[in-house]
Amino acid sequence: MSDPVAKSTLTHIQRLEAEAIHIMREVVAEATNPVMLYSVGKDSAVMLHLARKAFYPSPPPFPLLHVDTTWKFKAMYELRERMARESGMELLVYQNPEAAERGINPFDHGSLHTDMWKTEGLKQALDKYGFDAAFGGARRDEEKSRAKERIFSFRTASHGWDPKNQRPELWNIYNARKNKGESIRVFPISNWTELDIWQYIRLNDVPIVPLYFAARRPTFEWEGGLFMADDLPRLEKVLGYRPEITERSIRFRTLGCFPLTGAVESEATTLDEVIQETLLTTTSERQGRVIDKDAGGAGMEVKKQQGYF
Amino acid sequence: MSGSDVIYQTEALIAEDIEAYLDLHQHKSMLRFITCGSVDDGKSTLIGRLLYDSKMIFEDQLAALETDSRKVGTQGQEIDFALLVDGLAAEREQGITIDVAYRFFSTEKRKFIVADCPGHEQYTRNMVTGASTADLAVILIDARKGVLTQTRRHSYLCHLIGIRHIVLAVNKMDLIAYDQARYDAIVADYSAFAASIGITRFTAMPISGFKGDNITAPSENTPWYTGPTLMGHLETVDVNTAAEAAGPFRMPVQWVNRPNLDFRGFSGLIANGTVKPGDAVRVLPSGKTSTVTRIVTLDGDLEEAVAGQSVTLCLADEIDCSRGDVLSAADAPPQVADQFEASLVWMADEPLVPGRAYWLKLASQTVSATVSPPKCTINVNTMERLAAKTLDLNAIGLAEITTDRAIVFEPYAESRTLGGFILIDKISNATVAAGMLNFSLRRAQNVHWQALDVTREAHARLKGQGPAVLWFTGLSGSGKSTIANMVEKRLHALGKHTFLLDGDNVRHGLNKDLGFTEADRIENIRRVGEVARLMTDAGLIVLTAFISPFRAERQMVRALLPAGEFYEIFVDTPLEEAERRDVKGLYKKARAGTLKNFTGIDSPYEAPENPEIRVDTMRETPEEAAERIVALITGEWMPVI
Repeated sequence: MSDPVAKSTLTHIQRLEAEAIHIMREVVAEATNPVMLYSVGKDSAVMLHLARKAFYPSPPPFPLLHVDTTWKFKAMYELRERMARESGMELLVYQNPEAAERGINPFDHGSLHTDMWKTEGLKQALDKYGFDAAFGGARRDEEKSRAKERIFSFRTASHGWDPKNQRPELWNIYNARKNKGESIRVFPISNWTELDIWQYIRLNDVPIVPLYFAARRPTFEWEGGLFMADDLPRLEKVLGYRPEITERSIRFRTLGCFPLTGAVESEATTLDEVIQETLLTTTSERQGRVIDKDAGGAGMEVKKQQGYF
Repeated sequence: MSGSDVIYQTEALIAEDIEAYLDLHQHKSMLRFITCGSVDDGKSTLIGRLLYDSKMIFEDQLAALETDSRKVGTQGQEIDFALLVDGLAAEREQGITIDVAYRFFSTEKRKFIVADCPGHEQYTRNMVTGASTADLAVILIDARKGVLTQTRRHSYLCHLIGIRHIVLAVNKMDLIAYDQARYDAIVADYSAFAASIGITRFTAMPISGFKGDNITAPSENTPWYTGPTLMGHLETVDVNTAAEAAGPFRMPVQWVNRPNLDFRGFSGLIANGTVKPGDAVRVLPSGKTSTVTRIVTLDGDLEEAVAGQSVTLCLADEIDCSRGDVLSAADAPPQVADQFEASLVWMADEPLVPGRAYWLKLASQTVSATVSPPKCTINVNTMERLAAKTLDLNAIGLAEITTDRAIVFEPYAESRTLGGFILIDKISNATVAAGMLNFSLRRAQNVHWQALDVTREAHARLKGQGPAVLWFTGLSGSGKSTIANMVEKRLHALGKHTFLLDGDNVRHGLNKDLGFTEADRIENIRRVGEVARLMTDAGLIVLTAFISPFRAERQMVRALLPAGEFYEIFVDTPLEEAERRDVKGLYKKARAGTLKNFTGIDSPYEAPENPEIRVDTMRETPEEAAERIVALITGEWMPVI
């Protein structure tokens, strides 16, 4: 190669890892009550692994918080329990009681489902436990408005985000000071791309939900998308009919609530095959999710001003 | 050039041998760069083009882009790459870039992070923010316009923030028919300017972001140009991590890792040099030395760690070391000082208040710091040095900084980590400035504390009392002096040793050189605070009666004293009532406009949030208030010696 990598030159993955660890340690040193938001997806998996590295041999000195919608895949709940056990961290699960009471679900309520369970649920959980800093696994390459968000993203006491009034963030110096009631969302993997995430998982054997790998699974079609029938009795109850189930070899590029997350037909059963398929594919990652398409191109920006992570 | 070939081979390799592809890509290096130039220079278009040419745009994004291009694009029926990059809704509507946006792409050799920075002068702070993490800057010039004021401004800022690799991209060559003479003239023009501000090297290239000339492949339209393509240059320029690794070892301690009594590790990101078990290290600022025993990670102990890695180090000895300290090579420690000359970039709407205490954060150290009136500001368009009393939003200046305790540092030119800092407003918590330490000032090194044998405790014990400061604050005419006077008379009668510092009296002597501007008011309070502290060292109970309108300065005085010796007494009289009383006739003058900067009229009063005592003069007479304060001071609050 014309550009030999000297021994002392770190690879981009090593640099990203060092940056994320540095960020996590700054938060732990400066915040009074930090928490890590854990969605059980692959980005969360990487973030949790980085936290274990940052504080080893201590367990990460903050709890994991899963803002649950009750509509996650079974395999996600299983991995969640396992990872909490293995990391030695406290696991907090929060479900918005109002959403539960009103029976909010993705079929009947559309975007209200995300709003009530996730946006409102997150605000309630942060208020309930009084967390002043919350780690999130958002990446700047995911979506346009995230490309401009700071690593330390300041929130008002009512969880609002003001994109025009962000604190300047220079070098790797982070200002974690805030007044009572205000909080900070921190994104340690801001500078990672989807490929970086996969490469890190590959290099470090990070455990991820098996749904990322192709397998024969029960599927049904709904509103033009392909979905997995993870909990058939419950699906039937909400849909009001029994969907036609077909076994297909499928996997997921991104994991959310099982009725909102579209599956793709795939034969990629190993990590390398999954990465290969990801690299050769020509649709961007978040397209499988419904959330970005609201309000023209500005869906995520509006959601974030309202307090969505 | 290899650039284009490499990119287009990628897809074949992914399909044929994913393992080989991933192994290759795990060893890429990383380059962070910024693009400077205004919207008109085609900055966003260029970044869009880089993303497009390195296949970082997915089909669905491309479809959305084509739709958007027709709807709001500025390129007619052709694809408007700028739309890929301009993210926030407000920007899409106004057609400008207002914040720093980060973009990612990679080739076989490198991963790139691009900070897309706004070009207008009112976004200087955003540009400095983007530049602070960059290894390289691409300065775009519109070939039709040549070197403009903004080109000079951007170049100066890049140089100020220490970016060593500058690329001069002469863009829109397609619009001047790829005219070599015009290109050469622009490069010569820039070269003369660059040398004048200290930029000794830069790489110039003729490009078209819109048409793709010399981006990934050498353009047929510029046969006279033999230099690298933009992508080729970005892929091969030296990222210089080797230089960081070559310096003496430095690691600011972020966090002490103490899971149990048997383990104590110091966690941080190595800023410079390398470290191995067995290396002798020195803890700064204490100067204590020890030896590294282990480099601990989740994946097992390391034999060596280098600059850029986040690690946890164990030492052989149980020495004091905590967050804010710096571990360094024992024989080449960084400097320690508390007074500096620094370059500052002001980033807040509220201007710099010289003399006010701000938080200064440098690496993992946070200290209280004050800034002197600036020596000068720099006109970023002409590079002229101008006299100034303060720094406004986006101003760049030189000033002296004094910290309340010594910090570990290196000049910014030698270390971004130990020379770069931010200033934080103590009340709003906003980041108000970015700064770069140039050097420490001599006098800090030559003034030492003289250890005294008769201590402040000894002075107080002889008087049979604990020292204290009773700080009366409130509007002019609220009754501060009246009540303070009564309190002192009562304490004196009780045999206490007291002294009353009165605002008006002090201004006749100690502070007669000060006026009533914000800066002078702060200096007034600082001096009174220092005098009050000296008097408590002598064992006295000090009473002060000053308007002292700013929270930050009252906080500064509180911080000067040991905990429990400062009592803030808020004499709370509504403005209408104080104005009605107008004992000295000052409100009348202020209303008439003959008295400027009068608190409550055209200068703010920031009421205490948690005073130790609040006196509501509408409900309590001065006598009652004085009685209550004396009872508290001599009773439950009397500090124990």
